[in-house]
Amino acid sequence: MTGELMTVTARTVLMAGLATLVMLPPGVGLAWLLARRQFPGRSVIEALVSLPLVVPPVATGLILLKLLGRRGPVGRVLDGLGLEVVFTWKGVVLAMAVMGLPLLVRAARAGFEQTDRRYEEIAATLGARPWRVFWTISLPLARRGLLAGAVLGFSRALGEFGATIMVAGALPGTRTLSVAIYRHAEVGQEAAALTLLAAAVTIGFAAVWVSNRLATAS
Amino acid sequence: MSTTSITLDFTLRQAGFTLELRETVAARTVALFGASGAGKTTTLDAIAGLRRPLDGVIRVGARALFDARGGVDLPAHDRRVGYVPQDVALFPHLDVEHNVRYGARSTGASPQTVLGLLEIDTLRARRVDALSGGERQRVALARALMSAPDVLLLDEPLAALDMGLRDRILPYLERVRDELDTPMIYVSHVAAEVRRIAEWVVVLEHGRVSRTGPPDRVLA
Repeated sequence: MTGELMTVTARTVLMAGLATLVMLPPGVGLAWLLARRQFPGRSVIEALVSLPLVVPPVATGLILLKLLGRRGPVGRVLDGLGLEVVFTWKGVVLAMAVMGLPLLVRAARAGFEQTDRRYEEIAATLGARPWRVFWTISLPLARRGLLAGAVLGFSRALGEFGATIMVAGALPGTRTLSVAIYRHAEVGQEAAALTLLAAAVTIGFAAVWVSNRLATAS
Repeated sequence: MSTTSITLDFTLRQAGFTLELRETVAARTVALFGASGAGKTTTLDAIAGLRRPLDGVIRVGARALFDARGGVDLPAHDRRVGYVPQDVALFPHLDVEHNVRYGARSTGASPQTVLGLLEIDTLRARRVDALSGGERQRVALARALMSAPDVLLLDEPLAALDMGLRDRILPYLERVRDELDTPMIYVSHVAAEVRRIAEWVVVLEHGRVSRTGPPDRVLA
């Protein structure tokens, strides 16, 4: 059990960390766009980003499976490049990233919206081009929102179950904490399920605690 | 000291307010004078490229910043204006040194000259939230000057300061005017300040110019 606990916990933390890295660039970009720009189709993008929050995770997983499967439009292209996502660790990371993205975008968007636009405008009058304004003013001033978003996205990824099991199954190499808890509970191995549950709660608590400490320090 | 011709000939509408200017002035220091809501800050925002006029021309010297007919609308980062807004907007995550250097251009006055002129040399490592009101004004002024602007835009630079501080900051503005050859557009609603700083006054009322001329004549 100790071996499984260590392996599954390490895998879950690693996958959730990778998923957070994957969701950060598009998440921060989308958050900034929604907070700062008016453009056609904005409300559609807004709704699409929030979709994984309201659609059952299993349904989101099924959409991903259809897109990324060998016969799916994205999967076919990936297959041509020799990349297999479905039922691999890459599928786990992707499912986690898709499910965590809405939370990251919401918190990061609030961070950008709470930043006084005047700082960005004055930076521009000092000769800074938009990209420099973004990196040197917008991003650092919205850091609390970004940090909160990253932790929320990471925490959501840690606990992800429905989409993960659809895209990556419950194979020994793709099994995360929530999937492993489900498997043990399903076959009546309560002690093993509870041990993994304790690990999940500890990691989740640690993530939130670290985030609160960082937010206070920054 | 040379004078610079500044053309403010444009119409701008925002939130039910219309600003209509038809002025060309040639002076080193021009004051936009008027009550709150007259359109003074909106004028500075239009010059800086932060608000877009419906039509017309904004020109500093020979350089068109905005010309609706000619299809010119320079982005804010290309306008070469040094803007000190009323709330100074110092970047809160940067110390004084990094604020001052944020927009520094090699063609501008040296940091030693600017920091020395404004007597803020000893504040370099300070966090901006640890500065007094007068220090914040001088740091914001230094930051704008370091960007080597073609024109300096000062929005009520003394409004947030108490009477004693105003009397201490005003000489710094006069030193900038007298020692650095940078044209200045100075927004204020205080006649005494305008008399001390400006060579030419444009009085704004409800988005239009009501009077214009030298301070002694216009503010008599």
